[in-house]
Amino acid sequence: MSFIEKTRAFASRDKVYDFLIPEPVFDDSLDTRHGPILYLEDISVSFDGFKALNNLNLYINDGEMRCIIGANGAGKTTMMDVITGKTRPDSGSVFFGQRIDLLKMDEPAIARAGIGRKFQKPTVFETLSVYANLELALSTDKRVWPTLFAQLSGSEKEAIDEVFLMIGLMEQRHRLAGELSHGQKQWLEIGMLLIQQPKVLLIDEPVAGMTHQEIERTTDLLLALEGKHSIVVVEHDMEFVRSIARTVTVLHEGSVLAEGTMASVQNDARVIEVYLGG
Amino acid sequence: MGVSKLLQGDTGGQWVLGVLVVLAVVVPICNLWIPETSFFHVSTYTVTLLGKYLAFALLALAVDLVWGYCGILTLGHCAFFALGGYAMGMYLMRQIGDRGVYGNPLLPDFMVFLNWSELPWYWHGFDQFWFAMIMVMLVPGLLAFVFGWLAFRSRVTGVYLSIITQAMTYALYLAFFRNEMGFGGNNGLTDFKEILGFSLQSDLTRIVLFMLSIAALISGYLACRYIVSSKLGRVIVALRDAENRTRFIGYRVELFKLWVFVFSAILAGIAGALYVPQVGIINPGEFAPLNSIELVIWVAVGGRFTLYGAILGAVLVNFGKTFFTAALPEVWLFALGGLFILVTLFLPYGIVGLLRRKKALSS
Amino acid sequence: MLIGAIVISMMLGVCPITWADNHDLSTTAAVSGPKDKTGAFKELVSQLSVKSLSKKKTTVKAMVKLENDRVRPLLEALLKARLFYGKAAPHPVYIVEVVDQGYQLTDAVSGQLLGIVAKKSIKKVRINNRLRQLIRGALAQRDLRAADVSVRLQAVKTMSKHITPAVVALFREVSKHEADEDVQRLMLAVVANADLTATDGAVRLAAIKVLAKTMHVEYVSTLKGLLVVDAQGAYLESDRKVIKAAKQAIKAIESRISWYENIQTLFFGLSLGSVLVLAAIGLAITFGVMGVINMAHGELIMLGAYTTYVVQLLMPEQLELSLFVAIPAAFMVSGLSGILIERGVIRHLTGRPLETLLATFGISLVLQQLVRSVFSPLNRSVSTPQWMSGSIDFNPVLSLTLNRLYILAFTLLVFFVLLMILKRTRLGLEVRAVSQNRAMAKAMGVKTERVDALTFGLGSGVAGLAGVALSQLTNVGPNLGQSYIVDSFMVVVFGGAGNLLGTLISGFSLGVATKFIEPYAGAVLAKILVLVFIIIFIQKRPRGLFPQKGRAAEG
Repeated sequence: MSFIEKTRAFASRDKVYDFLIPEPVFDDSLDTRHGPILYLEDISVSFDGFKALNNLNLYINDGEMRCIIGANGAGKTTMMDVITGKTRPDSGSVFFGQRIDLLKMDEPAIARAGIGRKFQKPTVFETLSVYANLELALSTDKRVWPTLFAQLSGSEKEAIDEVFLMIGLMEQRHRLAGELSHGQKQWLEIGMLLIQQPKVLLIDEPVAGMTHQEIERTTDLLLALEGKHSIVVVEHDMEFVRSIARTVTVLHEGSVLAEGTMASVQNDARVIEVYLGG
Repeated sequence: MGVSKLLQGDTGGQWVLGVLVVLAVVVPICNLWIPETSFFHVSTYTVTLLGKYLAFALLALAVDLVWGYCGILTLGHCAFFALGGYAMGMYLMRQIGDRGVYGNPLLPDFMVFLNWSELPWYWHGFDQFWFAMIMVMLVPGLLAFVFGWLAFRSRVTGVYLSIITQAMTYALYLAFFRNEMGFGGNNGLTDFKEILGFSLQSDLTRIVLFMLSIAALISGYLACRYIVSSKLGRVIVALRDAENRTRFIGYRVELFKLWVFVFSAILAGIAGALYVPQVGIINPGEFAPLNSIELVIWVAVGGRFTLYGAILGAVLVNFGKTFFTAALPEVWLFALGGLFILVTLFLPYGIVGLLRRKKALSS
Repeated sequence: MLIGAIVISMMLGVCPITWADNHDLSTTAAVSGPKDKTGAFKELVSQLSVKSLSKKKTTVKAMVKLENDRVRPLLEALLKARLFYGKAAPHPVYIVEVVDQGYQLTDAVSGQLLGIVAKKSIKKVRINNRLRQLIRGALAQRDLRAADVSVRLQAVKTMSKHITPAVVALFREVSKHEADEDVQRLMLAVVANADLTATDGAVRLAAIKVLAKTMHVEYVSTLKGLLVVDAQGAYLESDRKVIKAAKQAIKAIESRISWYENIQTLFFGLSLGSVLVLAAIGLAITFGVMGVINMAHGELIMLGAYTTYVVQLLMPEQLELSLFVAIPAAFMVSGLSGILIERGVIRHLTGRPLETLLATFGISLVLQQLVRSVFSPLNRSVSTPQWMSGSIDFNPVLSLTLNRLYILAFTLLVFFVLLMILKRTRLGLEVRAVSQNRAMAKAMGVKTERVDALTFGLGSGVAGLAGVALSQLTNVGPNLGQSYIVDSFMVVVFGGAGNLLGTLISGFSLGVATKFIEPYAGAVLAKILVLVFIIIFIQKRPRGLFPQKGRAAEG
């Protein structure tokens, strides 16, 4: 457009200036009326030319327990990174419910909005007591100044105790988190997620390195949570997946290869070729 | 929270604060009322020396808070100390009035020497004590805020952060050497006469400054103690141990770091302001990167992650420095260097850690 | 065979003849007139023993016209007050050298060595300042006609420093016969500069044209003299064409000067950059590849510099070669110290970068004090070999000093050798393997501990090489390393850790940027600005210019 045309357009009688348009009022509360709580659409992520995610489309329903399997490098962890704001995708969109655009938020904001994440390696605050670990995770005002003057209220103490009962670490509450066994750390981390009362739980390899008894306890724990939260579990242990999964999604080379019940996935020719059979 | 509750379970802190209170009573008596001939007389030189150690201890406390608790190894904290010191020095400079060598009522001597005709704008207001005191806290705080805001927001961490804090103090070091900056260049600010109308040479003023240093150190200790035993204290320890975990449970990690960094910088600024009237000079040497690293070693020697350890380390290392540089100047750098190596290799938790281990073994 | 024989005979026979001819020609060119001037010379020399200064003046004037080889040494001795004559008649004149035993005499006429005498028997030939000036001018004039181009060039340069109408006249005359273009151009410029005040407009115009091709600042000011205006703003110069030409000439000279000044600044910047790269590239290996913060890196540089100093002390006779000994020696000294540091301290602090930083800082303090105790706290100066001193002068503005040029080349050499080691050798492969995945490398049978020690030794050795280079630029002192450590870290951080090419580019760009800011802001402020720039840059790109990407870079 030439300068004159621009001026003309600017001075035109019907011109509506940008500042006159009212800011659209968005209700940023969670809206899951359409079923899914998480929408991942056309997500692509690449590192140095390597496509970690390739046009990934994934929908997680409200209250669903979903298992995600796939070979190393299939993009499972990257997918979690994208949802929790750690990695920005090159393209695509991530919505939490109908309205909340996760790509516009940073990690703490996403966590506060109700998406909790457990890391692949158990990550707890090792030099703090088990109790303090849960206290910090508690969903309260997490701004700086309120934190400085925060005192635990009665209901908050109750909430902590409740989670302790659930994860079975009541005895260890005053020990340092660093002294816990590997399995106990995993449960503590799950407890730290639960106490935030998240809508969605992203759990990365919860039973890796656990003993048989520990796996059983973890299975019970996750099954107890089913329905209260939407849960996304990434796991290699097929037996464990079989014991908890309703719906299984298979990732391969950064996109969804197959989705369905465990039985249907196991019988899928492509899956057998690239994953189960290989 | 009362003081007793703050110090609950903090045996080391109770000891250190106890010793400080005793010093606050004994030293003035021994200096002012016991005759010089007596064995128990404490000379004004010693009082000043102790006051200097106390200022350093406050500085070490500030470093322990950011390094020991928050995990930010700052190699530029002396910049905040020196800025606080310069703010105080500017006030003391203005107090000289027309008693300088050139007798100029408005301009400090070095400006007359440089043929400056008027006071630079940033020197205005420093004739007022209250203004200078605000600046003592505001300037380091502001620098820490801007620097920290930029650094933490873009997630510069670990060694990279250490190196750019060092670059920060190095840049200031070079800048303050310039005469054009208007801070006395190479010579810095010195030849102070009086503070709030009291002569800096009098014993009583020295004692009051000493007492103020103790008061500042005790308040600083209690403030830090409050912080580390609050939930915020647990958050900063949490982010030190697992930054991502902290972020994923909903804390804006960078804001917490920023808060602690700024608070610590203000504490360092106050330490600098206490240091300058007692030592009688502030010059760009205080910005030298070496000083900031040495400061970290005080904390490491004493034992980081315990606030009283920092105080202990600052006093011990500086006592050693005073002793060695007078008795065996050649040995001092060997000793200091050796201390760096030995402490990091064998005493990761410093003297305090050593004491604790002994205690644990004997029990 | 036949052709060969002809060639050989030509070489044996013809060449010497041409040589001899040339030689003859040059002597005849230099000595114009009858060859037998010794008599006249001897006559004149004997007249030097007279007291009267005015008589001496005539003698000297006559003497400089002679084309005798002995004239120059004699006049130079006279200038240096080393010309004496015997007290006894016939007052023979001697050139005198002061030696331990007394005065060593040389016969002024024949140049024969005559032996040592006591001071009492001879007397100095006295001259005054005016005579001295005369002699200097006369000698320079002789040089203007010398056979050697470089002598003529030097003479023109010397004479151009004090321009008098006589010099201009001389140049005008001599330049007509001058064979060498450069020398001629210099002389013509001086002549043209004088011609600017000529009454003839055409002469002035021609002079301006000559000057427009030069690049001396002083010619700009004389050209500006043509553009002087009076109180009404009217030009004093009447010729419009001259004014126009002068304006254009000034513009041309100034733009040429600024162009070459920029090249000069670029060179200084690259030179500074090469020092930065040398200092930082060892760090790029230890910090970038191994992830170890070595605060004693600066002191390893210092050790390299001191090694150079010691090598020169050990071989004072072979100064020219000392650097070639110092380079491997410094590499070994710093490299072995580095391995010692790695084995003794750093290995025990794996995975604790902040502690490593503190411990190595302790090492740096110990090394500094060690050097202070052993060598003294004072700076030591290391001599520069002959082949590295001097400079290449392209024109009055652009001159490249040789030592900086060599260091620039040395830096590039070190860089490419390092690159080759890392990319092409077994060690390089192992180093890269260990830096990417230690556990896996170990499982594959790589001796990780040995690789760590060697890598650290390599980085430290390169620091030693930097020390050798630095010793050629600055004095060597205990604080040498400290002044480079912050800079080197800046270079590595700016370039992106773990990337040698990044270090190279970042070092050169920081060096060039510093030198280009310096004229406007001063050296200190330039440095501060660069530091502030890097601090802000790191906020934008925490992993430097060339970051490592992908999974390996996470965490």
